[in-house]
Order: sequence, then structure tokens, then C-alpha cells
Amino acid sequence: MVEPKVRIRSVRKCFGSVEVLKGISLDVPEGGVVCVVGPSGSGKSTLLRCVNRLETIDSGRIWVDGDLIGYAEQGDRLHHLRPAQLCRQRQDIGMVFQRFHLFPHRTALENVMEGPVVVKGVAKGRARERAMELLERVDLADRAGHYPAQLSGGQQQRVAIARSLAMDPKLMLFDEPTSALDPELVQEVLAVMRDLAASGMTMMVVTHEMGFAREVGDNLIFIDGGVIVEQGHPRDVLANPRHERFRAFLGQVL
Amino acid sequence: MTKTPQAADVADLPIDAVRPPRPGRWIAAVVAAFALVWLAYTIIVNENLHWDVIAEYLMDGRVLGGLWVTIQLTVLSMVIGLALGILAAVMQLSGSPVLRGASALYTWFFRGTPLLVQLIFWFNIGLVFPSFGIGVPFDGPKLIEWQANELITPFTAALLGLAINEGAYMAEIVRAGIRSVDPGQREAAEALGMSHRQVLRRVVLPQAMRVIIPPTGNQFISMLKTTSMVSVIAGAELLTVSQRIYLGNFEVIAMLIVASIWYIVLTTIASVGQHFIEKRFERGHHALQVRVRRNLRPFSRGNA
Repeated sequence: MVEPKVRIRSVRKCFGSVEVLKGISLDVPEGGVVCVVGPSGSGKSTLLRCVNRLETIDSGRIWVDGDLIGYAEQGDRLHHLRPAQLCRQRQDIGMVFQRFHLFPHRTALENVMEGPVVVKGVAKGRARERAMELLERVDLADRAGHYPAQLSGGQQQRVAIARSLAMDPKLMLFDEPTSALDPELVQEVLAVMRDLAASGMTMMVVTHEMGFAREVGDNLIFIDGGVIVEQGHPRDVLANPRHERFRAFLGQVL
Repeated sequence: MTKTPQAADVADLPIDAVRPPRPGRWIAAVVAAFALVWLAYTIIVNENLHWDVIAEYLMDGRVLGGLWVTIQLTVLSMVIGLALGILAAVMQLSGSPVLRGASALYTWFFRGTPLLVQLIFWFNIGLVFPSFGIGVPFDGPKLIEWQANELITPFTAALLGLAINEGAYMAEIVRAGIRSVDPGQREAAEALGMSHRQVLRRVVLPQAMRVIIPPTGNQFISMLKTTSMVSVIAGAELLTVSQRIYLGNFEVIAMLIVASIWYIVLTTIASVGQHFIEKRFERGHHALQVRVRRNLRPFSRGNA
């Protein structure tokens, strides 16, 4: 059997006394698109943030491309990774945030160049060329010199996607990428994500866009109360939701 | 009967409206103008002000020497204070409770005692520590040793007092600046794989600067004037030399005006500099830029 791109096993995570993830196990195959849905506070964003270690986990294991995230196994003991090793792991995992988080003091082009230049030490000229290609890919080449404050939400999110892609990630994490957008701007971002999925990128997408999940997703995960309540191919589970909680959730978002 | 404007007319309807009278504002303006003229008149005709003495001492060598000491003290204590402040702020945000505690103790102590007391204390530090040395701590052998009386001149005492005190205030300013940066910025940078140092240098500090620079400019301007406190330990800066001169020629008011003129020149130059530096750090924040610029221009119109 082929090693999955992402392997998540029995992950638990507490914030203080509240357990937000109560044993999540999940595989994402190479090139797969997993859509994670669930009510707010269900732990779906936390799960995503654990994958690139923006959050630490309290138990369980996460592997990306066969590498254990956050720790090194030596003998029968786990050792925390040193900060530099952690940074190395994160370089290969792109993340797109709900609120974009573009660097406001840099232009769209500079935002896309920042990762390769600062982290990978790519020469500025080459980074600029590549950044322009990526901006072209998200259809924003004409906005390269604009600061984030001069762009619409949809444009900012597309720049944020280009910024992540500039690091040539093996995996892309999307944390509610369209939730902060005006309705008419959602489609332009989804179109970019659709292209990305078609190009074979492995993606984990936390979203409320059921249409996107049905069309692009290979696997749909419904999380509620920190556990996976239902999962399966999006077309099947959306057509025949088995659990009452999932049915109730779909009734609210559709 | 009112005529409804036709579509063709609508394109060209200039607003040429009459402003309502503002009698309150007019009266206030007349009173203020009168007060200004009267004040200027009493100053100009007052014989006790000795304008000739002021003119004579404005470019006096001793005064210019004091001016130079004031500039040196201000720049050096701000630079050292900023370095101490950044260090203390980074310590305060560290994961180690020992570093956080040390930083908190520093700001607590130096913000909690008057600068005047600190200055006199540093000047008399020799009474507590007669000598300073480099060597083994806890009374071990010393490599080099200095006598406090030689080391602590009025200038070094002034620099110590001003810089260490300033550092405690700058720590709070830098900390507020770092905390003002959206935590999402740090996360986005970490998600790209940046190290802590890169996140701080490339993402957090440049954005924090926007918040740090205006109060730092104010601290600098304030420091230009605070240096005058050094006169209690005879720091040889502007106020000290002015005092020395008026103790000899009894031109108290004239010499104070000479000093004041130079302080105003310095603070004005610093304010202009502050304006340009702030503009430099506002890339990508255009709405804010307009607001700050409007606040900076004291006599700009249309603030209402």
C-alpha cells in the first residue's frame, strides 16, 4: 500500500480543561482533497493547525510524507524537534488562513517573494520571476505592486494562496479560506483552489462550501464535539447523511 | 410652483451655498488676536528683558558648548535607552520566568523612582561602590579596577541616569508595539517556515515600528528637555552653562531665554524629523498615514 501523504492517528488536544479533539484518525492520500466540515467550535480548525504544528497535540501522532510532525522518535522515546527542524517541516506545508494574514507592509509581489527569499535564501531576481508566475496563476499579475490594504478580500486571499505556493509545498492547508469574504468574492478564490486540486496538490480544506466539497473533494469529514462523526465520498455522504447530527448541520448550512 | 430639474440640468448644478454666520468663532478669534498682540507688545517694550544681552549670548561659545553637550546626551541616552528597551521588551515576551521577572523588576524600579533622584544617585555612586573592576565575582581577584571618582564624571553619571531611565520607558513602548501586531502575522510567517528570529525581524518588528516610532519621537523630544535636569549635578549642558553665566552677570531672565530659544530650535528640528521618519514606516497603511499627518500639522485647516 502507498504511504498516505498525511497520516493522523488518535490525536487529542486540550485547551485548558476543554478537550477539543478527542481522538481523531485520518489519512489523506497523495493528491487527495479532504474537506473538513462541522459546527463552529467542533475542533476542525484546531485539527488543521495541529498538522503544521501551530498547535501542539496532547497525544496521538501526525505524519506528513512519512515524517513525524513536531517530534523525533529515538528508541522508544519522543524528543521535541529543535526550532530549526520544526521550521524545516513547516516549509513543506502551505497554510491559508481565514483572515488572509498577508504582510501589510509589503506589496503583493513582496508577500509572495518573502518565503523563498527569507527562508530558502533564493536570489531576489529568481524569486521575483517565480512570484510573478504565481500571481499570474491566481490572475493577479496586474496587482503585483499593490499593498494588501489596496486589494479586495478575494484578491488578498488569492495572493495568500500564491504566497504559500511559492514555498513549493507538498501539502496545502486551507482554514476556512472563504469565510471572511463577501459572497460575490467567494467564487474567485474557490476557482483558484479548484485549479490547484486539479493540478494534483494534496489539500486539507476546512470549509462551509458544500458545493466545493461535492465537486472537488475526495473525502468529506464531519467533525462534531472533537470526534469524526461521519466521513465518506462527498457525493455519497451529502446525498445520504446517516447521522442525525450531520443531517441537522447540513440543514443549517445548505 | 417649483420647477423639477430636467435630466439635462442635473448634470450641472453647482453648490454655491451661503455659509451660516459663526459669531462665536469670530469673537473668539478677535480676542485671541488681541491677546497675542498685547503679549508681544509687553514683551518687546519691556526693558527688563535685555534683548541685547540675549542676542549677545545666543552664539556665545560657552552656550554653544552646552548645546553640544545637550545634543550628545540626548542622542546617546536615546540610543542606549532604545537598545535597553528592546532587550527588556524581548525578555518580557520570553518563555523564561526568570528573564520576564528581571525585565519586570527593571521597569518597575526605574519607572517607580524619580529621574532626579536617580541622577543624584548615579553621581554619588562612589559612596556605595568606591571602585569598579572586572574579575571574579563575590570579592575574587580583579583583572582591572577603576576608582568611582575617576569613572563617574557629571557626563557619565548623566548618561547612566538618563539612558537607564529611558530604557525602562522604551521597554514599555517596544512591548506595546510588538503586542500590537496581529498574532495572525506571526502564525502566517511561522507557517512559511520562518525561524523566531526571522519572524521578529522581517514581520513583527517592521509592523511594530509603526506603533513604536511616534511615542519614541515624543520621548526623543522630551529627552531634549529632560537633559536640563542634569544641571543638578552640573552636567555642563545647556541649562548648566546658562546658569553659570547668569551667576556671573546676573542676567537670569536673559540667559533663561537664550537657553529656551535653543531648546525650541532643537525640539522643532526633531519634530520635523519625526514627521518624515513616521511617513517612512507607514507603507501599506494609507488611511492611518493621512490621519497621522493631519494630527502632526498643528496649523492645518479643515480638521473639524
